[in-house]
Amino acid sequence: MSQVMAQPSVQPIAATNDFVVKFANVNGSGSASANELFARSILRMGVPVCSRNIFPSNIQGLPTWYEVRVSGEGWLGRRGDTVDLMVAMNPQTWNKDVDSIEPGGYLLYDSTKPLTSQKLRADVNLLGVPLMQLSNTLEGTIPRERQLLKNVIYLGAVAQLLSMPREVVEGLIADQFAGKDKLIKLNYKAMRLGADYAAANLAGKCRLKVEKADKVGDRIFIQGNDAAGLGAVYGGATVCAWYPITPSTSLAEAFTAHCKKYRVDPVTKKNNFAIVQAEDEIAAIGMVIGAGWNGARSFTATSGPGISLMQEFFGLAYFAEVPAVVFDIQRGGPSTGMPTRTQQSDILLAAYASHGDTKHPLLFPEDPREAFEFAAKAFDLAERLQTPVFVMLDLDIGMNDWLCKPLQWDDKRRYDRGKIMTAEMLDAGKLFGRYLDVDGDAIPYRTLPATHPSKGSYFTRGSSRDRFAKYSEEGAVYVDNMQRLLRKFETAKGLVPAPVRRKAKKDTRYGAIYFGSTSPAMDEALATLERQGLHLNTLRVRAFPFSEEVVDFINAHDQVFVVEQNRDAQLQKLIVNECTIDPARFISILHYDGTPITARFISGAIAERMRATRKEAAE
Amino acid sequence: MTYIAKPKLHHPGLVPNKVGFTHRDYEGSISTLCAGCGHDSISAALIQACYELDIEPYKVAKLSGIGCSSKTPDYFLGPAHGFNSVHGRMPSVLTGANLANRDLIYLGVSGDGDSASIGLGQFAHCVRRGVNMVYICENNGVYGLTKGQFSATADKGSRSKTAVNSDSPIDLVSLALVLGATFVARGFSGDKKQLVPLLKAAISHKGSAIIDVISPCVQFNNNPQSTKSYDFVREHNEAVNRIDFIEPKAPITADYDAGSTTMVQQHDGSYLKLSKLHEDYNPTDRASALAYIQHHHSKGEVLTGLLFVEEQTDDLHDALGTVAKPLNRLGEDALCPGSAKLADLNAEYR
Repeated sequence: MSQVMAQPSVQPIAATNDFVVKFANVNGSGSASANELFARSILRMGVPVCSRNIFPSNIQGLPTWYEVRVSGEGWLGRRGDTVDLMVAMNPQTWNKDVDSIEPGGYLLYDSTKPLTSQKLRADVNLLGVPLMQLSNTLEGTIPRERQLLKNVIYLGAVAQLLSMPREVVEGLIADQFAGKDKLIKLNYKAMRLGADYAAANLAGKCRLKVEKADKVGDRIFIQGNDAAGLGAVYGGATVCAWYPITPSTSLAEAFTAHCKKYRVDPVTKKNNFAIVQAEDEIAAIGMVIGAGWNGARSFTATSGPGISLMQEFFGLAYFAEVPAVVFDIQRGGPSTGMPTRTQQSDILLAAYASHGDTKHPLLFPEDPREAFEFAAKAFDLAERLQTPVFVMLDLDIGMNDWLCKPLQWDDKRRYDRGKIMTAEMLDAGKLFGRYLDVDGDAIPYRTLPATHPSKGSYFTRGSSRDRFAKYSEEGAVYVDNMQRLLRKFETAKGLVPAPVRRKAKKDTRYGAIYFGSTSPAMDEALATLERQGLHLNTLRVRAFPFSEEVVDFINAHDQVFVVEQNRDAQLQKLIVNECTIDPARFISILHYDGTPITARFISGAIAERMRATRKEAAE
Repeated sequence: MTYIAKPKLHHPGLVPNKVGFTHRDYEGSISTLCAGCGHDSISAALIQACYELDIEPYKVAKLSGIGCSSKTPDYFLGPAHGFNSVHGRMPSVLTGANLANRDLIYLGVSGDGDSASIGLGQFAHCVRRGVNMVYICENNGVYGLTKGQFSATADKGSRSKTAVNSDSPIDLVSLALVLGATFVARGFSGDKKQLVPLLKAAISHKGSAIIDVISPCVQFNNNPQSTKSYDFVREHNEAVNRIDFIEPKAPITADYDAGSTTMVQQHDGSYLKLSKLHEDYNPTDRASALAYIQHHHSKGEVLTGLLFVEEQTDDLHDALGTVAKPLNRLGEDALCPGSAKLADLNAEYR
């Protein structure tokens, strides 16, 4: 292709605090920290950002991207599949990367060597920075260091092109390398090399701009797995058994790190926690159930393949009524699927996990803040309901930094340890039947091992038994127990987080249901639709079992869109299965290519369907 | 599983032990296993061992997997909580239970199918971790509940009514030695005199104590050719030592000859007095013990007794550095960092 560029056929995009920058890198090249520094710099300027790391199941050499949404308006979901500025550092993905640039957008590339055969677009503005050449001027560095510093050079150039004050980036570099003065100086130098080059050679070429604002407030920038791990600490978890699996590993690691900080006895230096990396997911859930049976708050963190392996144990915990908390950080399935991509595709798997008639409470946090809150709450629910409780995260929430409200804890809050019969209660003559519903809520009392020298012991088993835990194969006894378990699930409806209902500005017969990580993209999509005169009431489902409010919401609308990140409309199917609803009311909006759902996808799909049904109605 | 409760009447003549419990308090429901089943003898030995050790029966947790052997925790120590978990996964459930409360005594009861076939992985890993427990494998070489299929400990060439086993057997004792178990023994359900002191020693041991107990299945694997039959084991049983369990603080009065006796002090202060029956056997040397066992196995002998013991050991809690107080008794004060720390943490995330 000719190196002589035609004039862009469209106007260069001009935008302040509202654009998308994407960094296309090779994994293992050390780009992650520079890219994160970029996102944090913008936050320091008081401008909301959200970032998404799209990475391969690999350690070195494969493509990885880091997408930063800059949004003064505060939209925190992905906007769409296109970007305004592409920092193209990976020759392998060059063509695809160039294709994804908005008309009038910008392409920053390493101009050390002339572009020859690479694909270029007439409607994209080129921003060449000789990164390699500049990095070679950094004296006293070895090639690996220069490779890392190249990332800082492009960071400097991008910051300059976006009119960001240098001191903001410098401040973050100083924070990151605190105590390592030599590294700070070297990184400053690299950053300035890029910034100076852009100032001297590319001034005025980029019309994207970050302007200081006051839109971030007291919000924090945190990953969901980190927040959930912290929630487990606050929620009183003492036993964690886990097996490494992407994208859940960082949750167990976060729990470990927070425990080391907050859970070491100041006097004895001993640990108020036990963390075991098990030999597999089956052993992990076995340990969790053993600990839960013995009265410790215990959990595991895993992903879809782990949930598949744990099935038999879920049935045991459901039937024998043992508390357990399970974090499912969902990824692309089935099978190994797309281990480093996001999906919400374990809903049905988790809801009905194990053979026989089973159902389990599921919680659907929308962001890291809610991941923290639901993590802590899950332990209360598991002990109150004496059953496994699943916190359904996904890779998008779990492994990306999200801007969200600060985490909160009420010091007056006490753990709900559920119905535990004590030695005093047994001595007072209280009747103990392990599976006896004494309070009418279908939740029986349990005793912990070694409660009393002669009363309250029982044999826990996965086989059928009567209300007093005596083995029984009597049909009526079995049915009695299974019916109680169903009633217990009814009780759960009143304990799990209620759905969040939002009313449109105008009355409408359209509704939309969504959950989990879809939230920020949904918020933006609704605003877009509203501008187009398309109004929808919404319901954000936060838990299974579904409360009556979910049924009421659906019945209050003629058409209900259900927005999900899976192929089979799993939440919708669960609703149809569990509630008395006419399935014809539903329209599925499904996004499942493994990348986080975007606002444009949702608004586009819903607008199309709403216009189509309106047209049908008019005809 | 039985649904027949034993009558609660206590004979006035029953003698309470030091902690005030009679033999009766260590019993459980009536067994529903076949008459003559080796497993019932093991339950009886456990009852006797716990009674004699003056263990408060409710301070024991009994865990098992699935199979005939795994039913037995219902038949001993009635005042103790039991957990009949899923097939081959008792070790993980026991590990979790132990993490939650380090103060109880953990008895893991399993069988050869449960431990050596479906549960071999969990067996190996709980031994590696040094979970403080007694792991009893009631080993009969067959699946009883599903009517006589071979398990992974069945000998090559073993015959059932319909088949010949062509797979090599797994020896859990040798495996436990390789995996780092700190107490390894083999017993025979037909020899209670040997089994009771072995169990007492195992219960007093800190760490993973593995006891493989040959326990003939009268229904499916008691033909004289089977190495898991009463006849065969009686004939080929080679006890390497005789064990006398000496309680902590009990005076060691009996004279012993250092040449023919090994004294092993355990973590709780108890002593194991091992009288040598095989002069050249050293139960404190892992490598030579392993070689000895394999050598005698190849001669068709079933070596029993305390095969290996390490004197002072650490368990999983030591490795994890957990607090002395059981984790299940910690409250908000020890567990929840509180709102002020969270405010500081929020600042770090900005």
